[in-house]
Amino acid sequence: MCSSNSEWRSAEVSTGTTIIAVRYDGGVVIGSDSRASMGGVYVSSRIINKVVQVHDKIFCCMSGSLADAQAVTNAVIHRLNFHSMQMGEPPLVQSAASIMKEFCYNYRDELSAGFIVAGWDRKKGPQVFEVSVGGMVVEQEFTIGGSGSTYIYGYVDAKFKTGMTREQCLTFTTNALSLAMDRDNVSGGVVHLAVVTEAGVERQLIPGNKLPVFHRI
Amino acid sequence: MQGGASRDAGLGLGTTIMAIEFDGGVVLGSDSRVSAGDAVVNRVMNKLSPLHDKIYCALSGSAADAQTIAEIVNYQLDVHSVEVGQDPLVRSAATLVKNISYKYKEDLSAHLIVAGWDKREGGQVYATLNGLLSRQPFAVGGSGSFYVYGFVDAEYQPGMSREECQQFVLNTLSLAMSRDGSTGGVAYIVTIDSKSVEEKCILGNQIPVFNDL
Repeated sequence: MCSSNSEWRSAEVSTGTTIIAVRYDGGVVIGSDSRASMGGVYVSSRIINKVVQVHDKIFCCMSGSLADAQAVTNAVIHRLNFHSMQMGEPPLVQSAASIMKEFCYNYRDELSAGFIVAGWDRKKGPQVFEVSVGGMVVEQEFTIGGSGSTYIYGYVDAKFKTGMTREQCLTFTTNALSLAMDRDNVSGGVVHLAVVTEAGVERQLIPGNKLPVFHRI
Repeated sequence: MQGGASRDAGLGLGTTIMAIEFDGGVVLGSDSRVSAGDAVVNRVMNKLSPLHDKIYCALSGSAADAQTIAEIVNYQLDVHSVEVGQDPLVRSAATLVKNISYKYKEDLSAHLIVAGWDKREGGQVYATLNGLLSRQPFAVGGSGSFYVYGFVDAEYQPGMSREECQQFVLNTLSLAMSRDGSTGGVAYIVTIDSKSVEEKCILGNQIPVFNDL
């Protein structure tokens, strides 16, 4: 069923998206899809990376309006860099989330972007924060976001367990993203993953044809 | 992107409904919440409505629209079964529902899932959203269904037994209840096979609990 309207040409680019971050004992696993869309009908990019590194061991995932998300993320990278130089040590994940929140809250009338901030620091280890559209910050064991996340609430509620290993978290994240990408038409493409631990950062890309396939009716 | 669930000023069956086929029958399930805006006006409504002895439908969307469609089809099926002299087919019931949904698609705002058992094809589940007729191994509907698409996609296996299907439906309803504000209350499960129709009500404190962070 194709749409014959061409309103998408003047539509804003949005990251109709699915993003997820999970904490385990030792690190965090962060993942996203790779589709940017316009007007809900045109895929303007099929391979964008929504998992952005804001500092050595802190990442953030973007959702909502791509322009807003990129602008805020760049501002956070700049502020965080400055903050870390002033403190003379790597920033806390909570600081990154707080700086993100400052932007989202102070400009909440103009912005339309939500984030997940996740990473590792020496004080509290691995942490996952959700910074939602209006500027609320919540720390959680795991969180999902973006338009595709609605379809996987049931799945993550059923499948998440505390005390998962790194491998289990990777499977959990990949499965959740794959299921959301199957149902949400503005999420899709490949899966971008990042694993952050005390030792460092490891990034992975899972192409569309290597994603887990669930039984299709 | 919303399916059949409506939030108009009248009574809405923002809800979660589900039906699944197993070898020899079907299982239907629903929650029990009826809301009018923010208020829950009925917390124990049974949304699984009989259309004939072995054919049930699950209601969602506008409560008035859904109930009216079910009543009309109930009457039409009675007439039809007298005319043919035997029990109606599940496909006939689904077609009658679909005809109304399609003809009055601009005026109605309800989605009925039709499921049952007949001699010819055994257990069958039909989705009739917006006037389409589609036979499926299982179907979910209502406002709460969006939250559980990932779960049912991941967990469905073909060839599940009767008990496994009942548990699957119950688990799905439980997950939807904890995420959708318009879904809640108790769970009604109806199991139909060649021998009988079994209606069960699972009370709130007996519904499975998942990780509630």
